[in-house]
Amino acid sequence: MPTVSMTVNGKSVSAEVEPRTLLVQYLREHLGLTGTHVGCDTSQCGACVVHVNGESLKSCTMLAGQAEGADVTTIEGLANGDDLHPMQEAFRENHGLQCGFCTPGMVMSALDLVKQNPDPSEKEVREWLEGNLCRCTGYHNIVKSILAGAEALRG
Amino acid sequence: MSATGIGASIKRVEDLRFLTGNGHYTDDINQLDQSHAWILRSPHAHAKLNSVDTSKAAAAPGVIAIFTGADMAADGVGGIPCGWQIHNKDGSPMAEPGHPALAVDKVRHVGDQVAIVIAETRDQARDAAELIAVDYAVLPAAIDMDTALSGASLVHDDAPNNRCFDWEIGDRDATEAAFAKADHVVSIDLANNRLIPNAMEPRAAISEFDRSTGRYTLHTTTQNPHVIRLLMGAFVLQIPEHKLRIVAPDVGGGFGSKIFHYAEEAILTWAAAKVHRPIKWTAERSESFMTDAHGRDHETHADLALDKDGKFLGLRVATKANVGAYLSTFGSSVPTYLYATLLAGVYATPAIYAEVQTVFTNTVPVDAYRGAGRPECTYLLERLVTKAARDLGMDPVELRQKNMIQPDQYPYQTPVALEYDCGDSPATFASALKASDYAGFEARRGAAEKNGKLRGIGISTYVEACGIAPSAVAGALGARAGLYESAQVRVHPTGSVTVYTGTHSHGQGHETTFAQLVSESFGIPADLVEVSHGDTDQVQFGMGTYGSRSLAVGGPAILKACNKVIDKAKKIAAHILEADVSDIEFADGKFTVVGTDKEMAFAEVSLAAYVPHNYPIEEIEPGLDENAFYDPLNFSFPGGAHICEVEVDPDTGHVEVIDFTAVDDVGRVVNPMIVEGQVHGGLAQGVGQAVLEGCVYDADGQLLTGSYMDYTMPRADDLPNFSVSTQGVMGASNPLEVKGVGEVGAIGSPPAVINAIIDALSPLGVTDISMPATPNKVWQAIQASSVRQAAE
Ligand code: FES
Ligand code: FES
Repeated sequence: MPTVSMTVNGKSVSAEVEPRTLLVQYLREHLGLTGTHVGCDTSQCGACVVHVNGESLKSCTMLAGQAEGADVTTIEGLANGDDLHPMQEAFRENHGLQCGFCTPGMVMSALDLVKQNPDPSEKEVREWLEGNLCRCTGYHNIVKSILAGAEALRG
Repeated sequence: MSATGIGASIKRVEDLRFLTGNGHYTDDINQLDQSHAWILRSPHAHAKLNSVDTSKAAAAPGVIAIFTGADMAADGVGGIPCGWQIHNKDGSPMAEPGHPALAVDKVRHVGDQVAIVIAETRDQARDAAELIAVDYAVLPAAIDMDTALSGASLVHDDAPNNRCFDWEIGDRDATEAAFAKADHVVSIDLANNRLIPNAMEPRAAISEFDRSTGRYTLHTTTQNPHVIRLLMGAFVLQIPEHKLRIVAPDVGGGFGSKIFHYAEEAILTWAAAKVHRPIKWTAERSESFMTDAHGRDHETHADLALDKDGKFLGLRVATKANVGAYLSTFGSSVPTYLYATLLAGVYATPAIYAEVQTVFTNTVPVDAYRGAGRPECTYLLERLVTKAARDLGMDPVELRQKNMIQPDQYPYQTPVALEYDCGDSPATFASALKASDYAGFEARRGAAEKNGKLRGIGISTYVEACGIAPSAVAGALGARAGLYESAQVRVHPTGSVTVYTGTHSHGQGHETTFAQLVSESFGIPADLVEVSHGDTDQVQFGMGTYGSRSLAVGGPAILKACNKVIDKAKKIAAHILEADVSDIEFADGKFTVVGTDKEMAFAEVSLAAYVPHNYPIEEIEPGLDENAFYDPLNFSFPGGAHICEVEVDPDTGHVEVIDFTAVDDVGRVVNPMIVEGQVHGGLAQGVGQAVLEGCVYDADGQLLTGSYMDYTMPRADDLPNFSVSTQGVMGASNPLEVKGVGEVGAIGSPPAVINAIIDALSPLGVTDISMPATPNKVWQAIQASSVRQAAE
């Protein structure tokens, strides 16, 4: 079995995996980073979104081997000790989550949006979330959270 | 009142773990030495199982064991039970065919379980499953209800014509008499589209068996761990409660689909004792589509009798409901007692009669999905009433107002069994009309027209029933379980509290809301309270979470236990303060001797309870830990009014939901932030049902909507910002006066959306559109009506 190495949340990691292992399996099963979730088998729900080399990506669409040498950030890597990241804080303040299953993907996806577009409109947020499904919140408070998070990040 | 008590929008305790990736969902959990399971499923909707040859698969790499239905049958494993027995019109019981966990002689829907493969890894189990040779003799499938009722192909040999039961409610003669004297009769035929619940977390389970103690443990994605223990332990596997532990850890949404006892739970638990290894199974999304119980799926004809002034005289309803291939846990109660008992709706219709036939088909079982019966009922009533207004040339607002139950009529006995304890539909309706600027609608319609859009407005006024109760009544109607809830309130020596509840939170925020109840009761901050749920080894008993019952039934149980704690604590305080217990008052977290400045804080009394040096030891025991069970006196009846505005693009048929206003009466609100969030989520599912979602099987029983590419889930850009408010009417028959909020959004909203679409299309002569109102369907309706109009 090939060995796959990368940097995850600032730490160098490596594991021997079967070639068909997806990045999301590598994170969840080999590194125990279970904050990244699997909600579908057709790359549509967005529960598995992480950052690979600074860009949001559905970790179920990529083989672990394709991320060899990459710099990966997962939901576990956002908070600074006890301090939540401003986007996490915005979700908490605005009740942007209920069951929490879609939440890691939503937060990681939102961060890529505000990186590209620091002051998005409500419509832009809704359109950006095309690839992230939530069954609980009706998106109302997710959109509100992302707008608030964007504002907090603009300072 | 405490700052973190009832009415405070405090932030959720749950959020920290979910936001940092530290939730513990079932698939996040791994046991030492665990094996992995893959379930081989039927590719056919209906087939005889001639043989299942596992020999090649058994030799595949990593395979530990393979079991089939024959193995389970040989062990005397029972079938998956149904939780509610319904009786036919003639008094005979419903058809209740067997439901083996692994198929024995036949498979009855695509996705039916044929074998379990247990291997070292999931990939190995899956690879081996492909080597199992199954000889199927394909049989004709019964998919749509009419074909099924013709009996040409029987799903179960012991259910003639595929009928499960033929049930009725209400007074047929009185209803016929009402129609005989009616000035107008308005009729409607409609379908309530079949939905696939799609909680974002797929179902999963991990089973374990401890040979040294004979104990089984099952972690599973359920909304009601004790119910699973009861059903699986007592009926399927014959494991007594003390040897069976069910744990529902963090669960990623349920919406009803995780109430039911599923075959995989029994298969895994049984197999753990065979292989002496923990076994983990997680559904792929395509398995969720194929095997999670679906929702709705009714076809209904209804007639409304009115007098010349538009007063409702009578309602007659005939419904066919699809129960799928097997009776799921609540599959029989949803289209009966959760549906037809609500047919009065918010109206004082004096005579109502309904008959419901349920039908077995070669599709996955149909059971409760957010609202369960009540959305079907509300959709019927609110479409029918809107149609009546249109047909009779009356104003849909006035027609509703004229027929609504008035506030002074409560308690109101309906002709279909329920007694509404309190409510005020005219008030919530008035508020919704105002909040939506109903009066200003025509100007908005005109403005849209200038942009080439057809704008419409639709109304839905509704009442629903939550917290099925009392147990004795539910039992008389066929429920095979009690429907109370339990709570344990354990005060620790230093005054912090752990609450054990038999309900289960999978997004609802109980850990926050229930802590607020205790905060209010004891006058302590909510962060001194921890709520524990989901583990049958920790929680004494419980019926779980569904039917918006947790706060309405579980809440009063907590309150009862808190009151027992306070009663005992007063005795302790009286002893220490050397006063008579009748002179002790408890308020704001302090026990005071009335008329004096002698007082003890809550934590001082709790400490005394555990360090009983100066203590009335002859009168009461040490400790401060109380249990309570609460059995409700009645259902609770949330209600309200939903108003929707849509714009239709006549060139494409695309419907945009522009505005949605909901004014809901959910009684007393404990955490307004959480309550609003619950309404948002319900509305999204209701709008989804109305315009996006629909399960489709082809005539052979293949599921055509088996992935997110084919089944349209509501996405952020399909939905508007919702305008949501609550207007609580007090008087619900529980000590908290709460009514339940989990389902109101999904119950009230679909007819508001469809009524709005029909209103938008009415200038073109369109009078009907079915759910989901997809662009294709809307465009077709526009074309058909313009052809018709041109011909006229
Ligand atoms: S799990 Fe990756 S998109 Fe659904
Ligand atoms: S919070 Fe449950 S799926 Fe989004």
